[in-house]
Amino acid sequence: MTLVQALFYLMSFIALASALFVAATKNLVRSIFMFFVTLFALAGLYVLALADFVAITQIVIYVGGILVLILFAFMLSGKETLNVIAQQRKQFISISRLPALLVAALFLIVFVNVIVKVDANNLEWVKKAIATKNDIQSNAATTENIGVNLMTKYLLPFEAVSILLMIALIGAAHLSRKERTE
Amino acid sequence: MISLTDFLLVSAVLFCIGLYMIMSKHNAIQILIGIELMLNAAILNLVAFGRYDRFNNGGQMFALFAIVLAAATTAVALAIILNVYKKYKTIDPGKIDGLKD
Repeated sequence: MTLVQALFYLMSFIALASALFVAATKNLVRSIFMFFVTLFALAGLYVLALADFVAITQIVIYVGGILVLILFAFMLSGKETLNVIAQQRKQFISISRLPALLVAALFLIVFVNVIVKVDANNLEWVKKAIATKNDIQSNAATTENIGVNLMTKYLLPFEAVSILLMIALIGAAHLSRKERTE
Repeated sequence: MISLTDFLLVSAVLFCIGLYMIMSKHNAIQILIGIELMLNAAILNLVAFGRYDRFNNGGQMFALFAIVLAAATTAVALAIILNVYKKYKTIDPGKIDGLKD
């Protein structure tokens, strides 16, 4: 087993274990902070998939932006969420979780079945990409290519997403502003 | 190198954990975290396949767009959650059952 494989298994173990902890724990604060760990481990997985720029973006936007927002929402609505947690603690084994667990397990079975059947390493276009040297090598610098592509080939989606981001920010600010007393 | 199947399996498990969180939690913030987990599973798939597209960078580019969209969604969703909390004093989606007036 090479070092890359060992790192991959380590990262995916951390990601899955912390995600399971996030899903299983009843303490909201702990689940938010374990979500940090999940996101960092996922950024590590992106690096192992040779997408370093996406990994950095993941850390900057998810860990720096989204998690801080979630923490703010938790703190601004804190008291009631703690009550919800206290209510959940009274039920010892909740039968109401069973359908969710069942659906998730069935989805997992279907996914694993499909993934094993499709055998993604031997897909037609993947083989072609390897044959024509279109796959990213582990010593390649991809960030420059991403920048050039973003300003040429993907310019229209880039502008569209910037407009959408502005709309979302204005909408969020409008939703959360105080009602003016008349 | 790591095979594509490994990445796909990891992302399938992550997706199912997110699905379970969305269906079983009684707290809007935890449901939001579940949605983020599912989005991250999708982004992991995009990135894993994007390795085989060096010149156009299709997979990585759409992973970036998905991250930006997730950020926008979260901002709006949290504003909505705070408004709902102000009005109903709870963020359990099962208990928010009153229409306007």
